[in-house]
Amino acid sequence: MSNDNSEHVGGINSLGRPIFNWFAGLAILFSLWWLGGFYLESNPDTANFADFGPIPTFKAYPGLWSDGTIPSAMMSSGYRLACALSIAISCGIPIGILLGRSKVFKELSNSPFQLLRMVSPLSWEPIAVIVFLSWDQAIIFLLSIASVWPVAFATAAGLAKVDPAWFRVSKNLGASHWHTLTQIILPAIAFDIMTGIRAALGVAWIVLVPAEFLGVTSGLGFSIADARETLSYDHLTAMVLVIGVIGYILDSICGFIIKNYCWHRAQ
Amino acid sequence: MAALRGVNISIKDLTHRYNPKCPLTFDKVNIEAEPGESLIIIGRSGCGKSTLLHIVAGLLKTTSGTLHLNNEAVQGPSPRWVMMFQAPHLFPWMTVERNVGVGLYFAGWSKAKAKERVDEAISLVGLEEYALKNTQDLSGGQQQRVALARSLVMEPELLLLDEPFSALDAFTRTALQKDVRSIAKKMGFNLLMVTHDIDEAVLMADRALIMAGSPGKIMHDINIDIPDPRDRADPEVQRMRKDLMQSFHEASHAPMDSSSNTQMSSSG
Repeated sequence: MSNDNSEHVGGINSLGRPIFNWFAGLAILFSLWWLGGFYLESNPDTANFADFGPIPTFKAYPGLWSDGTIPSAMMSSGYRLACALSIAISCGIPIGILLGRSKVFKELSNSPFQLLRMVSPLSWEPIAVIVFLSWDQAIIFLLSIASVWPVAFATAAGLAKVDPAWFRVSKNLGASHWHTLTQIILPAIAFDIMTGIRAALGVAWIVLVPAEFLGVTSGLGFSIADARETLSYDHLTAMVLVIGVIGYILDSICGFIIKNYCWHRAQ
Repeated sequence: MAALRGVNISIKDLTHRYNPKCPLTFDKVNIEAEPGESLIIIGRSGCGKSTLLHIVAGLLKTTSGTLHLNNEAVQGPSPRWVMMFQAPHLFPWMTVERNVGVGLYFAGWSKAKAKERVDEAISLVGLEEYALKNTQDLSGGQQQRVALARSLVMEPELLLLDEPFSALDAFTRTALQKDVRSIAKKMGFNLLMVTHDIDEAVLMADRALIMAGSPGKIMHDINIDIPDPRDRADPEVQRMRKDLMQSFHEASHAPMDSSSNTQMSSSG
């Protein structure tokens, strides 16, 4: 009986502790932010920057929402991110499968891909601006080139781990190439693809903001640049927080999908 | 599931090496079998018995010699001759039902059309209540049963088994040995199995082929004429086990020369 109770208490603890720590971590972050804001406000030399603190920032949200700044920035950035990720996924998965299945392709592409992968995505910006007709297209290109590599390499790494016996079994049961791709390869590496997409999303989200600093007149990056130009520090911090929260939510969605919809069982 | 017909197996002077620099895996193997016969190849590791099975399944190419199933040369894998491997190799993203029906799906069957045959195959291996479970939730023995159902659902003429029970516990292994033989006899298809296990050969085979040497050769072809159901404790099974063991030792220690290439002896 006592064992049962202790297990039960242990169960509550094991459930409650992560939730408590999640809130505690955020509380520490906000406390540090508040302390920083308090310091800025109380020091006459830095009082002009007091709007960086949490209280002015949170006060700015209703106005930023009602005048459409946040919804419009989210829509513009979301559109660019969605386009770029779609391109990265639709190019990255086939590239990854080719890397994993074709030795010749892997040997041929190794040096060019490694070279291109190491080029900072933002360094393509001048070229992208010349090549593409609109800033939107240029930014989508930058995000795509930043996010295609995590998808491609995660797909290839996943394929390298696939049990070769699955191919023998499916061949033995009469699978065509199409069946092998759709029924064996893609489900087998779904976990790795999703992990690659999660990493790609993180990279794209990081590249998005600096890419939107230049040229465009919409998006989360533009909102930050605009707030800096107009010295609206509360707006600036509010938009930084929006970027962090949206990024966190998108990453958590990927994590949820990986945990609940991929076939790998936790060991 | 309909009663099946087996195949005439005709293997003549079959030789294999993995590449020109490698030594022969096996040399001039000859096997003939009637429809419905269960053949078991016994041999030590490295004598080429698994390679031989992979060639019969069409998963590997032969170096020389001929291989015909019902007078038809084997050109590659076919759902008519299905192989069960040492491990079940189930697809863990599919349910039991989906794993069993995957071969029919590859053959273009609709889900509705395949349902009846899949259900029948699942019930044949006694896993009805697990049909909708993920295969990762099953024990090793249950997973091997799913692999068996996945092979049976194709209604093969020849079922090839590459030591499929070697990783299982003794109870599960015995149960599956009995089940596979009785299903094969009931449905009429041929079994061609490789194993290290003499007991398995006595319990499951109509003929045991003892393979030995490097390159591997078939040294003995022994009839196992024991009525079903076979039981380990049966004196006739015990006697056959002794005979097989003796032949196995003789074959394992026999000097190898070119004259023994096609040497076979029959007893039983």
